[in-house]
Amino acid sequence: MMASSYSAKDEDGHITVSGPGGGTLRNKKPENTAFKQQRLPAWQPILTAGTVLPAFFIIGLIFIPIGIGLYVTSNNIKEFEIDYTGDDTSSPCYNCAKNFSWNNTKSCTCTIPFQLDQPYESNVFMYYGLSNFYQNHRRYVKSRDDSQLNGNIDSLKKPSKECEPYASIDNKPIAPCGAIANSMFNDTLTLFYNDPNGTSVPIPLTSTGIAWWTDKHVKFRNPVGTNSNLTAVFQGTVKPVNWHRPVYELDTDPENNGFINEDFIVWMRTAALPTFRKLYRIIQKKNNMAPTLPRGNYTLVVDYNYPVRSFEGRKRMILSTISWMGGKNPFLGIAYITVGSVCFFLGVVLLVIHHKYGNRNNSANISN
Amino acid sequence: MERLRWVQQCCRQLLAGDSRRGWYSDGLPNSSLLDTHSPRGRVCGKQRTVFPRNGRHQQDYERVSRNYKSNAISTTKYTFLTFIPMNLFEQFHRAANLYFLFLTLLNWVPVVEAFQKEITMIPLLVVLIIIAIKDALEDFRRYLFDKKVNNNVVRVFCGGLMNSTEQPSCPHATKEHHRKKRTVVPSFIENEELKELLQLYKSNKIRTTKYSFLSFLPKNVFEQLHRFANVYFIFLAALNFVPVVEAFQPEIALVPIGEEFTPESFHSRIECENPNNDLSRFRGYMEHSNGVRVGLNSGNLLLRSCTIRNTETVVGIVVYAGHETKAMMNNSGPRYKRSKLEKHLNTDILWCVVLLFVMCLTAAIGHGLWMNSFKESIFQVDTETPPALAGFYIFWTMVIVLQVLIPISLYVSIEIVKLGQIYFIHNDLSLYNKQLDSRIQCRALNITEDLGQIQYLFSDKTGTLTENKMVFRRCSIFGVEYPHEENARRLEVYESENTETAVRSVTLKSGYSGKSLSCRSLSCNRSSVSLHTLTAEPMEEDQLSGHVQPRTGAFCSRMAKEVVPDPALGRKLNWLTNHSSSETPSSMELTYITDFFLALAICNSVVVSSPNQPRHVIPEERTPLKSLEEVKLMFQRFSFSPFSALSPSQIKGSPHSLKSRLFIRGKRGSLTLSTPVSNTTDVSGSSQENDSKPDLSAREEEEQDVEDQETEDDLKDTQTNPDEARQSMQDLTKQVEEITDELVYEAESPDEAALVHAARAYRCTLRGRSAESLLVDLPGIGSLAIQLLHILPFDSNRKRMSVVVRHPLTGQVVVFTKGADSVIMDLAESPTDQTEVYSHIKEKTQKHLDAYAREGLRTLCIAKKVLKEDEYDLWLKAHMLAESSIENREELLLESAQRLETNLTLLGTTGIVDRLQEEVPETIAALQRAGIKVWVLTGDKQETAINIAYACKLLCASDKLLTANCGSKDACAALFEDLILEVQGGESLTALTGNGESMSSSFILVIDGRTLGWALEDELRSNFLELSRRCKAVICCRSTPLQKSQVVQLIRDHLGVMTLAVGDGANDVSMIQVADVGIGISGQEGMQAVMSSDFAISRFKHLSKLLLVHGHWCYSRLANMIQYFIYKNVMYVNLLFWYQFFCGFSGSVMTNSWVLILFNLIFTSAPPLIYGILNQDLPADTLMELPELYQDAQTSKTFVPYMFWITVLDAFYQSLVCFFVPYFAYAGSDVGVLSFGSPINASALFIILLHQVIESNTLTWIHTVVLVLSCTSYFGFVLLLSGFCVTCSPPVNPLGIELLQMSHSLFYITCVLTTVAALLPRLFFQALCNTLHPSTVLKSAHMDTVDSENYRRRMQRWNMTHSKTNRLSAGADNAGLEPSLA
Repeated sequence: MMASSYSAKDEDGHITVSGPGGGTLRNKKPENTAFKQQRLPAWQPILTAGTVLPAFFIIGLIFIPIGIGLYVTSNNIKEFEIDYTGDDTSSPCYNCAKNFSWNNTKSCTCTIPFQLDQPYESNVFMYYGLSNFYQNHRRYVKSRDDSQLNGNIDSLKKPSKECEPYASIDNKPIAPCGAIANSMFNDTLTLFYNDPNGTSVPIPLTSTGIAWWTDKHVKFRNPVGTNSNLTAVFQGTVKPVNWHRPVYELDTDPENNGFINEDFIVWMRTAALPTFRKLYRIIQKKNNMAPTLPRGNYTLVVDYNYPVRSFEGRKRMILSTISWMGGKNPFLGIAYITVGSVCFFLGVVLLVIHHKYGNRNNSANISN
Repeated sequence: MERLRWVQQCCRQLLAGDSRRGWYSDGLPNSSLLDTHSPRGRVCGKQRTVFPRNGRHQQDYERVSRNYKSNAISTTKYTFLTFIPMNLFEQFHRAANLYFLFLTLLNWVPVVEAFQKEITMIPLLVVLIIIAIKDALEDFRRYLFDKKVNNNVVRVFCGGLMNSTEQPSCPHATKEHHRKKRTVVPSFIENEELKELLQLYKSNKIRTTKYSFLSFLPKNVFEQLHRFANVYFIFLAALNFVPVVEAFQPEIALVPIGEEFTPESFHSRIECENPNNDLSRFRGYMEHSNGVRVGLNSGNLLLRSCTIRNTETVVGIVVYAGHETKAMMNNSGPRYKRSKLEKHLNTDILWCVVLLFVMCLTAAIGHGLWMNSFKESIFQVDTETPPALAGFYIFWTMVIVLQVLIPISLYVSIEIVKLGQIYFIHNDLSLYNKQLDSRIQCRALNITEDLGQIQYLFSDKTGTLTENKMVFRRCSIFGVEYPHEENARRLEVYESENTETAVRSVTLKSGYSGKSLSCRSLSCNRSSVSLHTLTAEPMEEDQLSGHVQPRTGAFCSRMAKEVVPDPALGRKLNWLTNHSSSETPSSMELTYITDFFLALAICNSVVVSSPNQPRHVIPEERTPLKSLEEVKLMFQRFSFSPFSALSPSQIKGSPHSLKSRLFIRGKRGSLTLSTPVSNTTDVSGSSQENDSKPDLSAREEEEQDVEDQETEDDLKDTQTNPDEARQSMQDLTKQVEEITDELVYEAESPDEAALVHAARAYRCTLRGRSAESLLVDLPGIGSLAIQLLHILPFDSNRKRMSVVVRHPLTGQVVVFTKGADSVIMDLAESPTDQTEVYSHIKEKTQKHLDAYAREGLRTLCIAKKVLKEDEYDLWLKAHMLAESSIENREELLLESAQRLETNLTLLGTTGIVDRLQEEVPETIAALQRAGIKVWVLTGDKQETAINIAYACKLLCASDKLLTANCGSKDACAALFEDLILEVQGGESLTALTGNGESMSSSFILVIDGRTLGWALEDELRSNFLELSRRCKAVICCRSTPLQKSQVVQLIRDHLGVMTLAVGDGANDVSMIQVADVGIGISGQEGMQAVMSSDFAISRFKHLSKLLLVHGHWCYSRLANMIQYFIYKNVMYVNLLFWYQFFCGFSGSVMTNSWVLILFNLIFTSAPPLIYGILNQDLPADTLMELPELYQDAQTSKTFVPYMFWITVLDAFYQSLVCFFVPYFAYAGSDVGVLSFGSPINASALFIILLHQVIESNTLTWIHTVVLVLSCTSYFGFVLLLSGFCVTCSPPVNPLGIELLQMSHSLFYITCVLTTVAALLPRLFFQALCNTLHPSTVLKSAHMDTVDSENYRRRMQRWNMTHSKTNRLSAGADNAGLEPSLA
């Protein structure tokens, strides 16, 4: 009994000390740290003409040279473009374009002569370009089955629903399924150099190395069946509606056939904008002495298979060299120069303002 | 419905407040307040019955208790199993989440599907998970708290066990067995340790308690309940721990009279009302087994979380438990208010919706047209759908694609940001009060930014502007003013040197010093326990005095304790003790003086304790030295004193009746001693355990321990044994005097304590208090026990309190009343025989009253009334009836009190000083400079209010005071017209002189409660608004709580401004609740203000930092963050929108959908948060120094509507740049969809982050870390995705894209150009604006940073001019060339 009342008093004293703080003896005083008191050392950028104008000048000084560099680089890139859509009657491909139907088994060929004014020194990239072709349409973009293209047997037999309505025909799966594959560009472009002596020399076009390495080796794979024969692997599937040949007959080279056909891979990477080009072939530079494509007359022979009239599209063949900054594009250089100039100009404006008003503020302070 | 409940709640709190508030005078008793009784009465009409769990009632108990809630509380919302469904259910009550859900579902519709189905769920899931985690954490904290609370140990008196043993010590045995977590309800609880009791009340919610207390006098056992002293407890609200002393009414009879109380013999049934949330009210009765009913009221109820003081043990019965407790029913948790900014935000969001709609519509129409233009194209997957329908589908697809435009995550972000802001406010060192060890409490979590927009501040006066530490300043008795100049000087000294108070207080207490040793030795005799306490506690107190003092002495600061007596008054009083004094006051005056101080000492509810014996309620003493006879003789010499002026029969009759009455009581008193000892606290007591018939001689030995409440008994003792008694008395007196010096008064309201201390300075000392008697030392007479018949407690309607006592000297029944001057002056009526003298006194006193008020003192009038015995009997009967009634008890008691308090004799009046809190004038000045109009709403008198306003610099000498006191409504209307004209005249005058603000005198409106009442009516409202709008400040005096809230509401609603109300008392609750921001001062007046506030601070001065710095910051941070957030979303979404023009409006995106969704959700989500939490547009010091800066935020410059459009326009521009630079850079190339998106995304990220850097005013390492993290997280994610995602994310496979892109220089070239071009205009215009129109904000910031530079330049210039003057000949035409020449 003694003990209990003894402790009672002890605790009473305790309470008085700690206060009715629920028994917590902890001091409630907030910690005096820079963080908690919001006194962290801070950089306080105050944007005034005086502080900002150096930045403008610096940007201007950096951008203008870059812009010039880019512009020069872009100008050094040689590019040749030829439209072979065959819209107007004068075009050699007019007849092919006019009579086209998907059901034509016999391809129409047209020949387009052209002239290169300058020799192309380095590797030349041959593109086909399409205009007004909305490869970026939402439904179109989705209309593929990546796992089928990755060689998945199940997907091969049972394509994803995204491929609809190009997933199957009569319950037979389409390989490769989907609208993208179905609409694959199937013109064949061949290039001949018309020697001044009158002979027409075919230019060797490399059809490999045009796709991304990751696409060729990781993303796209042929299904691996019981035998290595592609025909057998694709047994039970049908070719896409618009295709003339099944996927396993795209090329004779087994390393470039089936899903890993590079033309196919390139087509499957959907373009971002309705006017686009896609790499078709590479003209490798043979030796260091001669230019890849000397100046002179050339002939482009087109197996005209691909219809663009229904959507008022255009077809082009492009020959281009590339630089470190990619293809020919004067825009960037001009833009850099413009932005740099604007910066410089603004910098000058700010300088004037700073001299006019910045001083006024300061003098106001001083007069205080 | 909600509104109705709120109103009810308000009224309740108002009522609750009034009865708790010490003193304040208001205009008219508010009838509307009374009206609210009726619905409540109906609601609470149902009753519950509570039985003790013992013996006879076991069955009843079990039957009844089943329906009552158990005591285990669980404040958690969820359990493990219910968490997911319930939390989801709650979350889907939010519109934002529903919108998300809608989008997710929309994405499941095949024709409109934009992304993979899983991906659209991510935002929703993230938001849901974040909120769920937050909820879960909160709930877990509640769970832990509940667990702690539920695990508190209580001692339960268990019926069964009690029956098995007859030993009085049995409770202890049972106690040991019942240290269990949860009490079964209702059950007896007894406790003997204060600490444990505290826990007990924390763990067990509300109980009615019938008290037994054990003091530590050895023989104390379970007291008979009718003899209990007052028991006081400290009310501890759950959320903060500011002690508030509440008076606790003694329970009259727990057991029928004549029986002894033991827990097992308690068989009474308790009927009380059903649980409700009215803290101040409790109605019920206890029916004893013999059918006698005893009324119970709120005084009998111990609330959850109280601390018991002044007693060691409380025996009670639980009436409400767990969730039914009043504290729980009142605890509605943190408040949710919607800030102005949030409302503003909603309009912006609405605009976003409009924008979204327009964009979607554009896409839909565009798609339709696009579709129309093609017959059958090879890339069209679906050609069957007619263009119109396709357009319709696209509309919905676009809603999904552009969903980010509606910043749903903004709501979550805002919540997080506000939590961060609260964290910093909470941790601010300068808002910490060292004395109370209290930080600011942020009760409302979501109106931090409103702090930065306050335009009107409504402040209470007492306790808010002032310290609410009342100090007796001067008084007037018998029409004679005693200026107490010495006292005034002392107060000034205190103000100037607070530190020396301790020293001074010691010296002031001289006279009785050096006796502590004897005291201790004396007390040693009592018991070992007492010895222990006496030696141990002072030491402890010394050590910790710094902490102890402010708490224990909350109401009796040293300053209040030491009142220097007025020499004149002292002389007159001395005459009582020393007749040889030269100045002989008239005996009537002397009687007045004596009665005045007696009234001061006893007419209150102050409880007395000494630090040595905190719970020792009554240091019962025998009447010392001078016999009562002697005193009586002395008094009889005043032949014309009011006492003897009464009929002689009364005088003769009363002692007799008194004696007979007391005799009975005395007998009962001795019964106490024969009570079986069941709980003893010390050695000597234990020796007497089980001693049913205590030894009388033993009792005499322990003279201190004898508990005698009846003076007459003691008197007899002393008379029979004079010498012995005298000797012991002398010792005792010394000791008593020593103890008296250490007495601690704990009062409900500070002015009570001040008055008691004042009385003590005149040696009229309240020594102790019990339920039925008061022990008072009187000068020249010594200790007297005064029989206390009734206390009619203070209430705000009556504005006074009274005690009914039997006068110790004359034996008459005397009513002492203390109250507001207006009331008492009306009630005071001149006795018929002495009209002249009396009216003279009254006149003089009124004059003094006015003078006091002008001085800014709080005035109270003291009056008394002598009751004839038959009058008293008559009244008593009615009063008893009122007390025992259950229905309308309050009203009946009020009536009864009013019946008694008539025909009072005015004794005098007191003036009490309430000092201003520190730094109040500075704070008010700062707030006014910040453009905040400060209104003072007080219940005080006009003169007092004006004085305080002067003191706190609300009023300057140059200000013109407009006073509005009207007798009628029409007069009021006319007055307003006049005043408006006057103000307009003044304004035009100012305009004419054109001297600006510095010279012009501003107007201050002072309006009293009655006029305010009219002003608030419809007809005069507009005039009042017009008038008050033009005034610099408004002072409303004598306003009721309701008026306060009405004023706030009027201003808030009709002027459409942000209002802040600050107050500390319960009468400010309604005002606090009505205002946009309610701030409670956690002071001395209780918890209501704090409980209803949004923020609770401890000092008024904290307001300036809270508003000027934190408010400013919070507002600018949040406003900027919201803008930034909207910018971010618009900017990013527009990128997608522009792309639609190049993809046939097909809803295609150039980004992987994972990146698209996570971009807003993760990669760019943290920077705005950091920005919103940490940004400081200006340093705190500057904000404090230049309060004018506050106005910037006030006029919402940061968030004006056009700023929204500027932001949106900028976002449009940036998105245009961000899209079209890459577009042109890649146009015509072989770029793939995702490859095209890659530089766009990257530059968007850079633009968004750098945009924030431009917008930020401060960049700390945290910003840097977060920005870097944002960047790395984005690039890390996309690189990982492009490296390892072979067949994941099916339709748009990102494999290899980013890796390839980032290996191309074109990517970087594009990104740099895009970023620079996008940010250029903003950078330029900001620099331009800052230079051409430097706002005050920037100017000051500039001043800060450029100060040193300025100095340098100034010096340079000075040198320049000097050199100029020196070389006059050089010709200073070209000053610019000067330096170069020199």
